[in-house]
Amino acid sequence: MKIFYELGRYWIFLAGMFTRPENFSIYRKQVMLEMDAIGINSVGIVSLVSIFMGAVITLQTAYNLINPLVPLWAVGLVVRDSIIIEFSPTIIMLVLAGKVGSSIASEIGTMRVTEQIDALEIMGINSTSYLVIPKMLAAIFITPFIVLISMFVGIAGGWVVGELTGVVPSLDYITGLQSEFLPFNVFFAMVKTVVFAFIITTVSSYHGYYTSGGALEVGKSSTRAVVFSSILILIFDYILTQLILI
Amino acid sequence: MIQVQNISKGFYGKLVLKNVTNTFEEGKVNLIIGGSGSGKTVLMKCMVGLYEVDEGAIEYDGRDFSAMTKLERKSIRREIGMLFQGSALFDSMTVEENVMFPLTMLSKMDEEEKRDRANFCLQRVNLDNANNLFPAEISGGMKKRVAIARAIAMKPKYLFCDEPNSGLDPKTSIVIDELIKEITYEFQMTTVINTHDMNSVLMMGDNIIFIYKGEKFWSGSSKDILNSGNEQLENFVFASKVMQDLRRHLKN
Ligand SMILES: Nc1ncnc2c1ncn2[C@@H]1O[C@H](COP(=O)(O)OP(=O)(O)O)[C@@H](O)[C@H]1O
Ligand SMILES: [Mg+2]
Repeated sequence: MKIFYELGRYWIFLAGMFTRPENFSIYRKQVMLEMDAIGINSVGIVSLVSIFMGAVITLQTAYNLINPLVPLWAVGLVVRDSIIIEFSPTIIMLVLAGKVGSSIASEIGTMRVTEQIDALEIMGINSTSYLVIPKMLAAIFITPFIVLISMFVGIAGGWVVGELTGVVPSLDYITGLQSEFLPFNVFFAMVKTVVFAFIITTVSSYHGYYTSGGALEVGKSSTRAVVFSSILILIFDYILTQLILI
Repeated sequence: MIQVQNISKGFYGKLVLKNVTNTFEEGKVNLIIGGSGSGKTVLMKCMVGLYEVDEGAIEYDGRDFSAMTKLERKSIRREIGMLFQGSALFDSMTVEENVMFPLTMLSKMDEEEKRDRANFCLQRVNLDNANNLFPAEISGGMKKRVAIARAIAMKPKYLFCDEPNSGLDPKTSIVIDELIKEITYEFQMTTVINTHDMNSVLMMGDNIIFIYKGEKFWSGSSKDILNSGNEQLENFVFASKVMQDLRRHLKN
């Protein structure tokens, strides 16, 4: 029953956010700051995760493809498509759900328990749109770039490890990368990324916004934000894959 | 002048405010007093619309606030300044940006005018040289001053203060009380203050209501409060050693 209550309240939260939002000029600076916080500050961790992800996928694919009928360059192709379609958008956005989601929820939760949100409301400002829209726009704009970086770094990681271990020589790997490339897959990944960015920012803001109590509750909201964002990302990953690819 | 008529408010079936009626007068310091948990904050938040009342009406100079839509309330919201219990300064902004914030969001002033107005307000609360500090870098008393400066930035007609001296030492409390009193008279605002501090009550209570368990038990001025003859109010007023001594002194 609780889940329906939460869903209903989330829906009302979103509706309130889009009714009479503040003037866009006020948001511009906020959006820039948020892009920095959400995007630029995540490049390091995203690159790190992507390198290892690419390396592991390459080794595992090579290990599973020991078959005289399958050419070695197929590894490059499989690695590329796994990274582009699934690993970069989903895994990286799950990482961001942890990093960005918890920070959004604790920021907004702290504002709630210290009455900063009340202070906004008193001034007649729509606090949900003022707080959430810049984060949402920034995330929707910047995460596709983050995911593109992750794709490049991941594929490069696979290439390096294939060459270093001698499991997949460069030439084969690169031949694989160039075979049967479908630009649509990148587009599909971007669609997923944008949907996940919306989920992370709005769900985390929602959990922060409805915090009540003190510091302890802010911590709990932050945990809930990560759990719910992650679960929703996985559910929407499945839904979008079924809708678009099949 | 703010008139509150028969307002009631409950949370999850538990009635917190019961049928409160009162008039808060213009150009005066109106006090809401009562013990912790008696419903002072809830009453104040109902008055400004942060909580919706279950029953009753709230009028700002004859304008029925409680019957308005969110959009209609915006014009009255601009006439309200509020000082929150924990100051509620925006952590991510400097002192000056905090005071300029309502001007940025609600007025059409240019950067220069906003800065001038912010500095005027900061000077009014005797806070110089703190413009570029962040809330985390200043003391509790300074935070209150900044919050007052932010509350008066838009030249409000109505000023609400929730426990303005909670968490302050006695000396700073007096300074903050004096400041609120001065600006109330200076700008002829309708000021409403929540407090349980008897010192503030005696010092600035032009018009006082005593809330006990969500009900209005007594109203009057600081002159009458020491001999109200109301049992709950006497328990509240003479709770501290100092006040008991004062009573003994007055009797002799
Ligand atoms: N948002 C809320 N939800 C549920 N109960 C609340 C809420 N706000 C206040 N209360 C309850 O209302 C009563 C009065 O609280 P309050 O007005 O904060 O007291 P005080 O006089 O100390 O300011 C308390 O019992 C409190 O638990
Ligand atoms: Mg209170």
